[in-house]
Amino acid sequence: MSSTTDMSTDTGSVLEKTRDDRSADDVVLRLEDLVVEFPAGAGQVVHAVSGINLEVRRGETLGLVGESGCGKSTTGRAIMQLPRPTGGSVHFDGRDLAALSPEEVRKLRPKLQMIFQDPISSLNPRRRIPDIVGDPLVVWGRGADKDKVVPDVLRAVGLDPDQVADRRPHQFSGGQCQRVSIARALVLEPEVLICDEPVSALDVSVQAQILNLLEDMKARYGLTLVFIAHDLGVVRNISDRVAVMYLGRICELGPTEALFDAPVHPYTRLLVSSIPSMEGAQRGEVGTGEMPSPVSPPSGCRFRTRCPLATDRCADEVPQMREVAPGRFTACHHPVLDTAVGEPIAPAVTAVPTTPLTASNGAGSNGAGSNGAASSRTES
Amino acid sequence: MTRPTDTAPTTVAAEAAGRHRAANAAGDARPAKGDLLTVDDVHVRFHTRNGVVHAVEGVSLTLREGEVLAVVGESGSGKTVFTRRVMGLISGSRETDVEGTVTFDGITLSDLDAKGLAGVWGKEIALVLQDPMTSLNPVKRIGAQITETLVLHHKLSKQDANARAVELLRSVGLSEPERRVRQYPHELSGGMRQRVTIAIALSCSPRLLLADEPTTALDVTVQAQILDLLGDLQSRLGMAMLLVTHDLRVVRSRSDRIAVMYAGRIVETAPTKDLFDAPRMPYTEALMNAVPPITGPNHVRLAVIPGRPPNLLSPPSGCRFSPRCPYAQDRCLTEEPPLRPASELPGGGIEGHSYRCWYPVGTPENAEARRRNVERGETAAGTPVTGEMVPA
Repeated sequence: MSSTTDMSTDTGSVLEKTRDDRSADDVVLRLEDLVVEFPAGAGQVVHAVSGINLEVRRGETLGLVGESGCGKSTTGRAIMQLPRPTGGSVHFDGRDLAALSPEEVRKLRPKLQMIFQDPISSLNPRRRIPDIVGDPLVVWGRGADKDKVVPDVLRAVGLDPDQVADRRPHQFSGGQCQRVSIARALVLEPEVLICDEPVSALDVSVQAQILNLLEDMKARYGLTLVFIAHDLGVVRNISDRVAVMYLGRICELGPTEALFDAPVHPYTRLLVSSIPSMEGAQRGEVGTGEMPSPVSPPSGCRFRTRCPLATDRCADEVPQMREVAPGRFTACHHPVLDTAVGEPIAPAVTAVPTTPLTASNGAGSNGAGSNGAASSRTES
Repeated sequence: MTRPTDTAPTTVAAEAAGRHRAANAAGDARPAKGDLLTVDDVHVRFHTRNGVVHAVEGVSLTLREGEVLAVVGESGSGKTVFTRRVMGLISGSRETDVEGTVTFDGITLSDLDAKGLAGVWGKEIALVLQDPMTSLNPVKRIGAQITETLVLHHKLSKQDANARAVELLRSVGLSEPERRVRQYPHELSGGMRQRVTIAIALSCSPRLLLADEPTTALDVTVQAQILDLLGDLQSRLGMAMLLVTHDLRVVRSRSDRIAVMYAGRIVETAPTKDLFDAPRMPYTEALMNAVPPITGPNHVRLAVIPGRPPNLLSPPSGCRFSPRCPYAQDRCLTEEPPLRPASELPGGGIEGHSYRCWYPVGTPENAEARRRNVERGETAAGTPVTGEMVPA
């Protein structure tokens, strides 16, 4: 590995961290007991997000990770009020978005922008690039600035304004379209940018360009990022703090390096050990099973059906978020402290049968169907 | 759900092993660890409205019995077209030109007609596709889909076939197999469906498994499970496997050899360890550096590959990677480098490591090319050289 490792560390100029001169109390976005539910037909309900509390500090990048169907994209959209959450509140700059009228929410939106997974379908195919990027200005009555601001933003995201002037999205590759999406999001100089799987549709060689660009834009525009992704390597690199979600709840929250190097929640341990690594062998701990349906989530701790440490208590009592080390929070009755990833964790007496995780009863086909659908589609 | 590794060796495994042993004991013409699949100078060209797409251009490789060869490439590199050509799913027609030969265990697959291929498909060579949602028939029960090949090739009775289907589902780690055989694909999750497609692929104990991005559509935890399952079955059954993927990371610990494809060509091939230890082709090096590391500090500046994969309607002349390569010199723009063995390099190289580059990574020529490009601020192709591109 010698040569490649050396190269990558040589190239890696670690970005200056502004964490120190930023007060931990300067919270720009606060989610309180956020709940999002969708009707699933036949009186059933999809519990997409079930009461999460989260604070995003000004200037940080908060990573939101989890498998498909865990509610991470729904959380991102609930912040934007797309759609409005079923319960709980979203405080942005001290105001509760969920309690505001639609018009008031609209007025706050310029400060809160979003970019999406599929860069091509999130752009209007019939409009020219400068119009796509300049439209937010027109909407907010600053159309006169268009000719000055748009070329600046396009240059900032690495596009030549003269070259793209007459072009439409289909004439660009996925990576370039993602640059256009980023330019469109930045043109109003937002405070918070929510990135929903911004690089998962891109080729490996293009992905690095966009990730570096996001870091640059964050520095240039003083952004706060909420970065939603399922690729843990990507999240690990870009985030200051990471929240791990499972079936609509947050199971662990902490500073990136600490969380990845010594995960506390059994689910985080499973995720981290599943990361395919450039450095070689898999780090032990192979998971079993799949996520249960969000239509009928397990009682108590939602991870217990796949957890090697589950006990009776996990079935009866929902674990509350608590601080297990400075800055590190987990919702688990049996957090794993002081054990590095890869070392076996001693399974406690498993009182909960590890049930097969789909269609296990009369409502079987429905449940499993929506499970499959959820796992494949909730992302986009 | 049972862990794949915990499942007792099934009769599938035993049978296959037995069959392979018998074949060898019988003094069969083929050697114990002979070449199972030989692909020689395969070309695939598609005639489209906009011109000719040269999707696969002169690919040659061999796969030994029981070996795992990973084909790695980005979208548009031709890896899927290549796999389909090997399988015989793409053949010559008015819109498609094919050249070159594909030989499987003495049979020239590329000469077989549809009927001949049908005798090989499923029985000797099986295919697992990327998307388990669309590769299963939505209106047929799981059991019927698994037994289809068994009934065709082995003339099993319905009852025996059904018992075998249950057994196969158990061997791929699916819970409650008796109930699953009566279910439809939509009743299963993505990971479970991929297990079903693997069970189908394994139903006749093939000697070669082609897996085209088998885990790309799956979650990371499920991806690890499926890859472990494939690796486990592969070694137990002694199958050879062609694992096609875009992610170098997933094959690091799961392949014997790797072939890197770019713009329809193999640009580097080597035993897995050697490729990671000493990549010679700048594209391979760049791919490795572009992946975010999972150890060390966060906010690391990622090495960037400028531009994007070439359009195969009008591929660049000379080396296909030259417009994106930080080391490109004049020669790279006009002359296409041949695939050369790394063992000829001064530092030496392992047998079976070849690369396609005029200025291979790790040589003085490469260092010189890099110095020159950094000095003039751009490569011979006119690509600006930035710190992100060229490792210091």
